[in-house]
Amino acid sequence: MSADVELSHAFDDIDLGKLETSLRSPRTLLSALLSATALLASLVACVPLVSVVSMLVIRGGQRLSWEALTATPPAAFTSGGGFGNAILGTLMMVGIAAALSVPCGILAAAYLALLGPETWTSSAVRFAAKVLTGLPSVLAGVFAYAAVVLATGGFSAPAGGVALAVLMLPTVLLTAEEAIRMVPTRMKEAAIGMGTTDSQLLWRIVLPTAMPGILTGVMLAVARAAGETAPLLFTALFSSYWLVNNGQVQLMRPTASLAVLIYNFSAMPFPNQLSLAWAASLVLVVIVLTFNIAGQFLSRNRHRQ
Amino acid sequence: MGTPTTIPFAVAPGAISRPPTASERAIDRIARMVTLAFAWSVIGLVTYIVLKIAWTARPAVARFGSDLLTATTWDTNRDLFGLLPAIWGTLYSSIIGVAVGTFFGLAIAIVLSQDFLPRSLETVLKNFIELLAAIPSVVYGLWGIFVVIPALRPLAAWCFDHLGWIPVFGTPFRGPGLLPASLVLAIMVLPTVSALSREALVAVPNKLKEAAYGLGATRWEAILGVLMPTAMTGIFGSIMLGFGRALGETMALAMLVGNSNTLSVSLFSPATTLAALLALNFPEAKGAEAQVLMYAALVLLTITLAVNVIGTAVVTRASIKMRGIR
Repeated sequence: MSADVELSHAFDDIDLGKLETSLRSPRTLLSALLSATALLASLVACVPLVSVVSMLVIRGGQRLSWEALTATPPAAFTSGGGFGNAILGTLMMVGIAAALSVPCGILAAAYLALLGPETWTSSAVRFAAKVLTGLPSVLAGVFAYAAVVLATGGFSAPAGGVALAVLMLPTVLLTAEEAIRMVPTRMKEAAIGMGTTDSQLLWRIVLPTAMPGILTGVMLAVARAAGETAPLLFTALFSSYWLVNNGQVQLMRPTASLAVLIYNFSAMPFPNQLSLAWAASLVLVVIVLTFNIAGQFLSRNRHRQ
Repeated sequence: MGTPTTIPFAVAPGAISRPPTASERAIDRIARMVTLAFAWSVIGLVTYIVLKIAWTARPAVARFGSDLLTATTWDTNRDLFGLLPAIWGTLYSSIIGVAVGTFFGLAIAIVLSQDFLPRSLETVLKNFIELLAAIPSVVYGLWGIFVVIPALRPLAAWCFDHLGWIPVFGTPFRGPGLLPASLVLAIMVLPTVSALSREALVAVPNKLKEAAYGLGATRWEAILGVLMPTAMTGIFGSIMLGFGRALGETMALAMLVGNSNTLSVSLFSPATTLAALLALNFPEAKGAEAQVLMYAALVLLTITLAVNVIGTAVVTRASIKMRGIR
């Protein structure tokens, strides 16, 4: 009985009104103000994206036509023209870069995640890959210029491909390592219990299981490479012509790309070139986003498993 | 006891599992060698890139030494080269870009990690920020020329007219310059900062937040007093990685910074950066200029490598520390 009485008086000197959340108290007011600031800042951060996308759709969409997608770039003071050779050039250089970086990245990742995960070599490789992730793209271009352009004697699509491959490699490698690590241990142990060698385990069990994750990394790397400009400026340069000339494919020549076309045309005083730059930006963003979304779709499927 | 144990299913021994044959072992050894070779090739590539750039820059380093880092003129006709304006422009634009980008990036990281929004809106915002990271920098450059610069014109004119006595607003705004370049940099840094900071904030164990609420902290007292200090290493690492990205960013800057070899604290003044200098002058550079540009590439490589190594080390350390709290 006396305990109840004591308890009922225990809260007497507490003003219950103080415990209510009220904007009049400075602490809650500050909290509300900060919440408003954070939400406002998030909203403001979305403005650039909305602006970029609407400009691309309005100014790029206006000019987008079959001619723009298939013709070669126009000369100054002429009308019409397009960027068909640049689309082809971009796809080709990204293809070369993928052919160089994907096998190398996946096999190195197989070593890191499966064959020698705790060795000194694999921590060194991981460190090297992280260094490559932070390499400024213009330096990949400088490197490819010094290593390929000077060696082969001219600007070319393969030189651009090498520069892009340097940029793709770390993404492919690090995501592939992560994907291989995600393969359930019980699958690996079951295979080893049946007497597989490590390389059979890799080919038959681990790589097929990890493939969606690996492809996600490849797609993201391709998306990044397709939008890169700086490494192509002095490796592939630019060209107003198709790579196929008189029925011959001339690989070792300056090659057009969408990104460099946008850069070159953005500085020109001619409205025709400027509108083409916007249309090319739209096409480039669509290509980049397609690869991005494809990659994310693949990883979403993997999570569902 | 004497009866042999029979296998309860009708498979001959060796049909499902058997030890690898000699040829399989040989193949395994070769495959192991091949993957090891590819792993080493990554290390080799990084070493080769660093050595190749350093080696090509060697004549300029021998000829100009460290004078190049402090000289300010750039006159190819008289063989006068100075990298100070470019180094200054690189650091100045990156610091402003990272400061602005960090403010917005952290706000987004907090909004996305602390249940401010319903799940569906959270996903929308997250996808928006991811899209921001996907847009190529050359497109940002084009957008900057046609949207950001015209939008800044009236504001910059007012600042110059009324606040022109402050050195930061000390020159008239003529279009391309540090301010538009830094703002576009901020947009490009933002996704890096927000994604990595969000990860750091999510990694803070819930019990810390719950304890703070239990002691009567308001939401922001919990965020600023408990969550942010705990996640600070990770947040700092994300800022460093964003800084590394800003330092090496090329196209948006080459298109927006004005490419003028001037040394100025004014936000409206045109400037140049190491990456933009390389992108613009490298294709036509000959002789001494080409060597000096390689020197510039080496300087850029050194700065970004240092920043990135610090950033990566900090992020790694942060995740190890977090494991201790759990």
